[in-house]
Amino acid sequence: MLIRFFQMLRAAGVPVSVTEFLALLEALSKGTVTFAGLPAKVTVPSGSLTERFYWLSRAVLVKDERHYDRFDRVFAAHFRGAEAAFEALLSADVPADWLAKQFALTLSDEDKARIESLGGWDALMETLRRRLEEQKGRHQGGSRWIGTGGTSPFGNAGYNPEGVRIGGEGVNRRAVKVWERRDFANLDDSVELGTRNVKLALRRLRRFARQGAADMLDLDATIESTARRAGLLDIRMVPERRNAVKVLLFLDIGGSMDDHVRICEELFSAARGEFKHLEHFYFHNFVYESVWKDNRRRHGERTPVPQVLHTYGPDYRLVFVGDATMSPYEILQPGGSIEHWNEEPGAAWMKRLLASFPRHAWLNPEPQDRWEYTPSIRITRELVEDRMFPLTLGGLDRAMRSLQ
Amino acid sequence: MGNEGVRPLRFDGSASYVATAELALAVNAAITLERPLLVKGEPGTGKTQLALEVARALDAPLFEWHVKSSSKSRHGLYEYDAVSRLRDSQLGDERVKDIANYIVPGMLWRAFESERRAVLLIDEIDKADIEFPNDLLRELDRMEFYVYETQKLVKARHRPVVFITSNNEKELPDAFLRRCFFHYIRFPDAGTMERIVAVHHPGLKKALLAEALSAFYRIRDVPGLRKKPSTSELLDWITLLVAEDIEPAALRSDDPKAAIPPLYGALLKNEQDVHLFEQLVFLNRRAGRPG
Repeated sequence: MLIRFFQMLRAAGVPVSVTEFLALLEALSKGTVTFAGLPAKVTVPSGSLTERFYWLSRAVLVKDERHYDRFDRVFAAHFRGAEAAFEALLSADVPADWLAKQFALTLSDEDKARIESLGGWDALMETLRRRLEEQKGRHQGGSRWIGTGGTSPFGNAGYNPEGVRIGGEGVNRRAVKVWERRDFANLDDSVELGTRNVKLALRRLRRFARQGAADMLDLDATIESTARRAGLLDIRMVPERRNAVKVLLFLDIGGSMDDHVRICEELFSAARGEFKHLEHFYFHNFVYESVWKDNRRRHGERTPVPQVLHTYGPDYRLVFVGDATMSPYEILQPGGSIEHWNEEPGAAWMKRLLASFPRHAWLNPEPQDRWEYTPSIRITRELVEDRMFPLTLGGLDRAMRSLQ
Repeated sequence: MGNEGVRPLRFDGSASYVATAELALAVNAAITLERPLLVKGEPGTGKTQLALEVARALDAPLFEWHVKSSSKSRHGLYEYDAVSRLRDSQLGDERVKDIANYIVPGMLWRAFESERRAVLLIDEIDKADIEFPNDLLRELDRMEFYVYETQKLVKARHRPVVFITSNNEKELPDAFLRRCFFHYIRFPDAGTMERIVAVHHPGLKKALLAEALSAFYRIRDVPGLRKKPSTSELLDWITLLVAEDIEPAALRSDDPKAAIPPLYGALLKNEQDVHLFEQLVFLNRRAGRPG
């Protein structure tokens, strides 16, 4: 049963290894889920057996919250309908009275109404707390949970001391749905790019070059080497470390691009330390004769593109971020811009930029398989000499490599 | 765990820390199987606090190793204090003859040497260089390492309970992850949050708590915030509210003058966020005005 679960996880792209699978079996055999081996006075944590198995297997098998969602889906598919059998399996060595609690965990609507009739949540909480204090004494005596059955308001609740939550966010039977709630769906980033991975990829841009003469005292190495030679002074020198990479970032802003632009800005500013210089400019849809640095004052303070060409030398790497999705006229025709009358087509300005900055790349957040069907993307790709890359980790990696 | 005399090492949260059942289970699994537990989650959800509370709950000595960007894995094992030795050699001190006098044990070593089972916290492991976790593989796996200067093997007397926190600034290597258990502390829901606040502010007025929580979740729901306020910020804010003796009514959103919660500086830490929030409040107020 578990081996198939393991294989399904691998098939779904959760990177689990045999080591982790064995660790899970070890955890199960040590009674982490059933608490079979623990002395009776230890309170059993809340949650049904399956739920606790879910938590345990997730902690052991999944090592990244991005994979939680995939794990949830596999778990749901694998254990749907099999819970009863599975719980029986897990609890094979658990006393029968313990299992009875599992059934007591279901709160019917009737029960809920009765709780209301007892004065609402607050009064109930108070009573429950007092009841729990008494309960501790009885725990020692052997009984494990709060009054089974009968008329006690907590009769079939089976709440234990650390799960004193009534209504609201009950951990009991609703628990079956823990993995069906898909709480972690937005953490799965196999499609989109989070700031995390990108920073790694951007490190490719960093080229800490130790070049030139050894003209800097390497204090640590000197001390170490001197000490190792029992006090005979041994001076060590290293060349100065320089980060030589300079980046010019052009960001498409407005409309559908805003989210991506925010990611990219964060990205590049996170990596600012890695670059010697990082300058950014904004454009809308395509570059024309001017760009701007502050989007709120885009109509007032613009920088003419010729000025950009003259200010920054050819050692800058030029990175565009944009979806390049627009009408082809906006690239090819004079006056094609949707915002103003442009004397020259965008393509002409693009060619000038690319000629000045031979090392360039275009990052496109649109999925790569759609590129072929959008004429403007095809045109842009030809313009940038096919150096357009998807805004995914792999694409970024290739883009950074092509910039070197 | 058949040993009757030994108090079972178990953790279910404590008087000052609310652990959800899933977190308690992950912690207990890590304790039982003697594996490190990697804890991630939004900033301010109590990742570091967890190790402190577990140490208190288990009554175990705690060793904290706070990782910085300049940290190297050997800092946690031991450091060879070459400078002292150099100085002593110049002064002709007798100590200089024994190199062991200049080996300064790090947190890992001290946790290994502990008489009782210790709790070791490796805080913010992602701050260090990308190779850092790889350099600790063997140490965390076998709980032993070799001191080359003295030719001595340091082995853990009791495998410490290891907690590792990460803020996701760097990807951790697979080989490292395989040796850990993992738990992602999700942002607490309203019910859990009430319990957390109750633990920190036992005498809080019900009305104030309800209003504060609803204002807090309202702010968290504002789309586009750069830094969403977290649990620790909520607790700070409530401390301030109590200190200033703010009336619960002042937190209610239908009061136009107080649409921006008082003392919001404790919740929003970024002037862009404050600006965005003020704009949204302004728009809401205009939309809500009759006529």
